[in-house]
Amino acid sequence: MLRYVLRRLLTAIPTMFVIVTISFFLMRVAPGGPFNQEKGLNPVIKANLERVFHLDQPLWRQYLYYLQNLLKGDFGPSYNLPDFTVADLFASGLPVSIQIGSMALGLALIVGIALGIWAALHQNQGTDYAVVALATAGSTIPTFVIAPLFQLAFALSLKWFPVGGWGDGAWVNKVGPILTLMLPQLAIVSRLMRGSMIEALHAHHIRTARALGLSEFSVVLKHALRGALLPIISYAGPAAAALLTGSVIVETIFQIPGIGRYFVEAALNRDYTLVMGTVVVVAIFTVLFNFIVDLLYAAVDPRVRYD
Amino acid sequence: MQPPILSLNDVRVTFTTLDGEVEAVRGVALDVHAGETVAIVGESGSGKSQLMMAVMGLLARNGHASGRADYRGVNLIGMPKSELNTIRGSKITMIFQEPMTSLDPLYTIGNQLMEPIIRHRKLNKTEARVRALDMLRLVSIPEPERRLNSYPHELSGGQRQRVMIAMALANNPDILIADEPTTALDVTIQAEILELMAALQRELGMGLVFITHDLNIVRRIADRVVVMRHGEIVEQGPAKEIFARPQHPYTKELLSAEPEGRKAPVAAGAPEILVGDNIRVTFNIGGGFLSGPPLVLKAVDGVSVHLRQGQTIGIVGESGSGKSTLARALLRLLPSQGPVHFDGQDISAKSVKDMRPLRSELQVVLQDPFGSLSPRLTAGQIVTEGLLVHEPAISAAERDRRAIAAFTEVGLDPRLRNRYPHEFSGGQRQRIAIARAIILKPKVVVLDEPTSALDRQVQKQIVELLRKLQREHNLSYLFISHDLAVVRAMSDHIMVMKDGKLVEQGTPDEVMGNPREDYTKRLMAAAFAA
Repeated sequence: MLRYVLRRLLTAIPTMFVIVTISFFLMRVAPGGPFNQEKGLNPVIKANLERVFHLDQPLWRQYLYYLQNLLKGDFGPSYNLPDFTVADLFASGLPVSIQIGSMALGLALIVGIALGIWAALHQNQGTDYAVVALATAGSTIPTFVIAPLFQLAFALSLKWFPVGGWGDGAWVNKVGPILTLMLPQLAIVSRLMRGSMIEALHAHHIRTARALGLSEFSVVLKHALRGALLPIISYAGPAAAALLTGSVIVETIFQIPGIGRYFVEAALNRDYTLVMGTVVVVAIFTVLFNFIVDLLYAAVDPRVRYD
Repeated sequence: MQPPILSLNDVRVTFTTLDGEVEAVRGVALDVHAGETVAIVGESGSGKSQLMMAVMGLLARNGHASGRADYRGVNLIGMPKSELNTIRGSKITMIFQEPMTSLDPLYTIGNQLMEPIIRHRKLNKTEARVRALDMLRLVSIPEPERRLNSYPHELSGGQRQRVMIAMALANNPDILIADEPTTALDVTIQAEILELMAALQRELGMGLVFITHDLNIVRRIADRVVVMRHGEIVEQGPAKEIFARPQHPYTKELLSAEPEGRKAPVAAGAPEILVGDNIRVTFNIGGGFLSGPPLVLKAVDGVSVHLRQGQTIGIVGESGSGKSTLARALLRLLPSQGPVHFDGQDISAKSVKDMRPLRSELQVVLQDPFGSLSPRLTAGQIVTEGLLVHEPAISAAERDRRAIAAFTEVGLDPRLRNRYPHEFSGGQRQRIAIARAIILKPKVVVLDEPTSALDRQVQKQIVELLRKLQREHNLSYLFISHDLAVVRAMSDHIMVMKDGKLVEQGTPDEVMGNPREDYTKRLMAAAFAA
């Protein structure tokens, strides 16, 4: 077990290195640079800026500088938000994104698993069709439609929640973004859970459990559920990595200071360090959550071995 | 005579399908008395399993049961689940065919064994554990304390079936229903499990309902036999009478379904067509980055095969004995050591590409008539696919002509050749697989358990077909099977394998009539015990 954890952490290092390298050069293939857009920028000032940030150096040397700083934990300054370092931006934005994302995913998992089980137990009956319809709607309506509808209904008309803003993290400000992020996830999780639960209920060992007169509670929640959770675990890992690193649409519509919006802003502005920073953060989350998934998988299913 | 413990009256089972209502059981009446063994026999689809599933309330969602199934005067059919659950697992229990999947893979043996004990006997965990240990000892599981903490995948098939029996009997039921409990097991294990069940039945005095298609088992254990066909009982009575004087024509057909006859040995001068000397196949298990050297498994350990023209060599042995692996090595389908000669030429060093022209003469028919035919091709396409590779020059019309000939030869109506595999029965599919092999005019055909998935009557027909083809085309067969009755009828030479090694070989009379090795003796005793 310990050796397995160690080996997984070791293999994460080359993975990260490859991701950083590819993104670094890929980003530089795109034309333009961080100081190109501002019209009439004095060429002397532009040259000075580029010298300060080593942008006048050959690309391979810039790459080595970046790697060197990254190893020291230094993500560098943001080119477009000159008062902040990339690390500052993440320190303030990441907790916001993690809060919203984890609440949304957590709720989606709890409600989705419950709905999925419920639908599976009433397969091809009214309740089942209702859940399937909800799931289909949830996964087809995009967040940029759900979010404004929420604002119209609950903020403007009913005035239960503010239209947007963070409000220093007051819970009323979080409801909209969490629900908007949650709905599509809820749809996916409930549909996935319904399918795997139906399959689990058909397993031979469920027939055994029934033949032994075990209660329906035990048959469903002890024997069928555990195996049926495996696909959910597989899905939840990558989903967590995506949700916890923020959503550009939700953060923009609700005006929340997360890190999701940096993905787009930084790329459009050629804010090289910030782009690289988001790539590194997302990569770390992805590697970490995939690792957690594998550990959970082995914990749920004794047939999975650490090798 | 005491009143029966379980009394079925006019039990009917219907399934609602897309094609309408299907009646699986049509009005069955049947009694089970204390301490009695009732065997329900019939081919697949006769409704014998569904009848008992209905009694246990285990029908699939689209199934519906009616009639009466009185357990000590209480009708189980239509009983609410909560009430039924006080009887199931404590008074009546059921065990199933699939020992590999009938236990929950995610919980320990102890956990699963203790759960019904705690539920029905209202014991605490410590007391239930004691009872669970007793039960494991009763079914002769070695190291019961350790096994309580094992997971099902850590046990062999036979051990799992023992655990299933322990779970079923833990609450001293009056009736045990066993649905083909030994069908998926090797013959020697099968014999052990049957012995165990018979002994436990005597000890505990329960009624045993044994559902099976294997008449050998029925002959050995049943007091009373119930023969079912198309959802109805065609005949029932004491086992001795049914076997001695069957009344119904269907029962007579069942009883005569054992494959008959022997194969005459080939002439001494017949040329050797496929020869493997001292064949070895090893697999490496595990190994790699940070996990140390791999474990080496010797799947086939120095076995020699000399197959003559027109000969049938039967290879018998239990699962894991290496018989299929040996055949694959001889066909060059997996890497092995030791020279292999086919028709005089050394094929052991030939590449995949160089082997291809020879493949038409070295054909194989596999066990699974469901999995080995592509579901997306018509039967005709499946049968002629090999011609596209080996005789690409012939026209489509000629291919079709050959397909018709091949279909006729294996006893299938050629008009069926545009149908898809799922539209055929198991026996018909096996005929398609055989047609696919012989259309290429092979010299050697490897038959890997070709009859194991089939009912006895169908088995007999396939055996006869294979014999006819052998006579007409002077084919040589390597016949792999764990079914010794079929092997005896098909082969003129038998090789017995165990753990990758050859245990014994000789003519069927030598090996089966007068086995020399202990292992062969046990195998024969288990297969042919009367």
